[in-house]
Amino acid sequence: MAVTRPAPDAGAARRPVRARSLWLLLALAVLAAAMLASVAWGSRIVGLADVAAALGGADETIEQAAVTKRVPRTLLAVLVGAALGLSGAVMQGVTRNPLADPGILGVNMGASLAVVCGMVFFGLTSPSGYIWVAIGGAAAAAVFVYTVGSLGRGGATPLKLALAGAATSAAFSSLVTAVVMPRNDVAGSFRMWQIGGVGGASFDGVVRVLPFLAVGLVLSLMSARALNSLALGDDLAAGLGERVALVRATAGLGAVLLCGAATAAAGPIMFVGLVVPHMCRLLIGVDHRWLLPFSALLGAALLTVADVVGRVVARPAEVEVGIVTALIGAPVFIYIVRRQKVRAL
Amino acid sequence: MSAETAIRPLGVEAVTRGRIRRTARRGAVVAVLAVLIAAVFATSLMVGRTFYPPADVVAVILGEQVPGASFTVGTLRLPRAVLAVAAGLCFGIGGVTFQTMLRNPLASPDIIGISSGASAAAAFAIVVLSLGRTGVSAVAITAGLAVALLIYALAFRGGVAGTRLILIGIGIAAMLDSLTSYVLSQAAEWDLQEAMRWLTGSLNGSTWTETVPVLLALAVLAPLLLSQARNLSAMQLGDDTASALGVRVERTRVIVIVAAVGLIAFATAAAGPIAFVAFLSGPIAARIVGPGGSLLVPSALVGALLVLVADLAGQYAFGTRFPVGVVTGVLGAPYLVYLIVRTNRAGGSL
Repeated sequence: MAVTRPAPDAGAARRPVRARSLWLLLALAVLAAAMLASVAWGSRIVGLADVAAALGGADETIEQAAVTKRVPRTLLAVLVGAALGLSGAVMQGVTRNPLADPGILGVNMGASLAVVCGMVFFGLTSPSGYIWVAIGGAAAAAVFVYTVGSLGRGGATPLKLALAGAATSAAFSSLVTAVVMPRNDVAGSFRMWQIGGVGGASFDGVVRVLPFLAVGLVLSLMSARALNSLALGDDLAAGLGERVALVRATAGLGAVLLCGAATAAAGPIMFVGLVVPHMCRLLIGVDHRWLLPFSALLGAALLTVADVVGRVVARPAEVEVGIVTALIGAPVFIYIVRRQKVRAL
Repeated sequence: MSAETAIRPLGVEAVTRGRIRRTARRGAVVAVLAVLIAAVFATSLMVGRTFYPPADVVAVILGEQVPGASFTVGTLRLPRAVLAVAAGLCFGIGGVTFQTMLRNPLASPDIIGISSGASAAAAFAIVVLSLGRTGVSAVAITAGLAVALLIYALAFRGGVAGTRLILIGIGIAAMLDSLTSYVLSQAAEWDLQEAMRWLTGSLNGSTWTETVPVLLALAVLAPLLLSQARNLSAMQLGDDTASALGVRVERTRVIVIVAAVGLIAFATAAAGPIAFVAFLSGPIAARIVGPGGSLLVPSALVGALLVLVADLAGQYAFGTRFPVGVVTGVLGAPYLVYLIVRTNRAGGSL
């Protein structure tokens, strides 16, 4: 399939810094509003006065206690969303493939399989153990799917990558079922983890993923300039003095750390990594130095909003955030596929 | 690839000879598969926690009352084995149809969202609507067809490009799978067992109530599909070439999709989406039959054999009784990975 990615045209590349800064401010404002909504809204809607009091440390009333409970969850949603948005943008840059996303590429299922094997065969119970295992599984799945998808003619085309990812996911998920099914005790806790949610977040949990996210963030942002060169094609990037393989490895490691840690903390969440970078490209163009931080911001906003929506639509019950993002994300995915000029195999 | 397909300036008789040899090989393969299916079928009727000799089994099938055997064989084992064969045939033929039509062995109904549609609807019907078996089947079949039509409509832009259809199917599958897991997260414990069936596929507790609709669907839709086999083979040369050969491409495609989806949906409604059977039957059949000719019948037989053997193994080979979908899933996963590697290297044809 022909990859008809918009070439980094001169107009977009030289889009005035002022317009971009404006978008950046707007994104920050949206994120702030989403965070505020996330601490205020839920099965019980809290007024602004109580929110302010609770953030100041008071917890005398039920409202204030509710707000206090919602703070870690909001933080986790922001972190996980930022990590997923950023890792999606990096993956799309590294693979030069508009359909790259941790969910589509089977990276999330790799983390799931690793976690479930850890639970069952190695008696893992602590969330700090999950993180290492999940990142290992995510990395293995990413390397595998990318290798398989880029075999043969034409390299890693969107179709081959997506099919390799979907097929690998299917294989992993049936292995997961085979491991989980005879063990009722694990089945329950795993089922909740697999749907993906930030509901059970605690400050400890947030602190636990922070170092991984920080390393991933640094690695990703460091490679922003190199990803710009990579967008021109491997040969040209090499001609411009980039060490292509090294860039791929660094940026890929950053992306895997981000989405592996996010998956360990909140379960496999699909489509955030796919949708957000595309939205950002429409807004601020294709320069990765802007695209990457912007994807992180919008990813955080999207996941926080999705979490709030999931809490509000089915009150007093909740719809897990992973389900909300899938319902929002799949139509966008289909839109992207339809807009592309695909030629028949 | 065998020697006779290599391009050599030979006469007509060489071509004819090659064709006869290929037809003979296909006939032999079909015969061997049929015999194997019959053997495993008979075994699965006789063997179990209690062994019944062939004489008893035959007597039960002929309708005589045999103490003990009448219940075990007639009520428990026979419907289960028949459903295994029927569902296997449906999955095998439906899967290979999609793979042939989209010219990609990875594009089977379990990957491109049709099984996901039936599963999500079935889980919804069980958990939320609390329907009985018949209602669940009806909902699953309707949803399978609706999802297939939706994917087709979304992929249609002045003709359907196979690539676009596959990618859109993957997107839809992801959305439906997350719906299924949401519904399951809301399920009460006692519904969960029943609903898990819709994630992996299982023949546990099958009765004639589930089996008969699958048999009827096979009787109606399989001949329809087989009647299009020639057009389908022509379409493997590409849509343009097929039109030039006189095939009405879009019409054939619609008939084939409806028939194949119908078969898949009926089988899914009765047994759940037995993992990877639709996916694996076609490539396995292609391997043993060799190049040339339609794969529909061999692939259907491979599907039936896979389900029969996997169900037998799932019941008795391990300490726990695994549902058939788990067995096919675990056996299928490594083969699937191998298949992706090989397909991508070869450039993507079945």
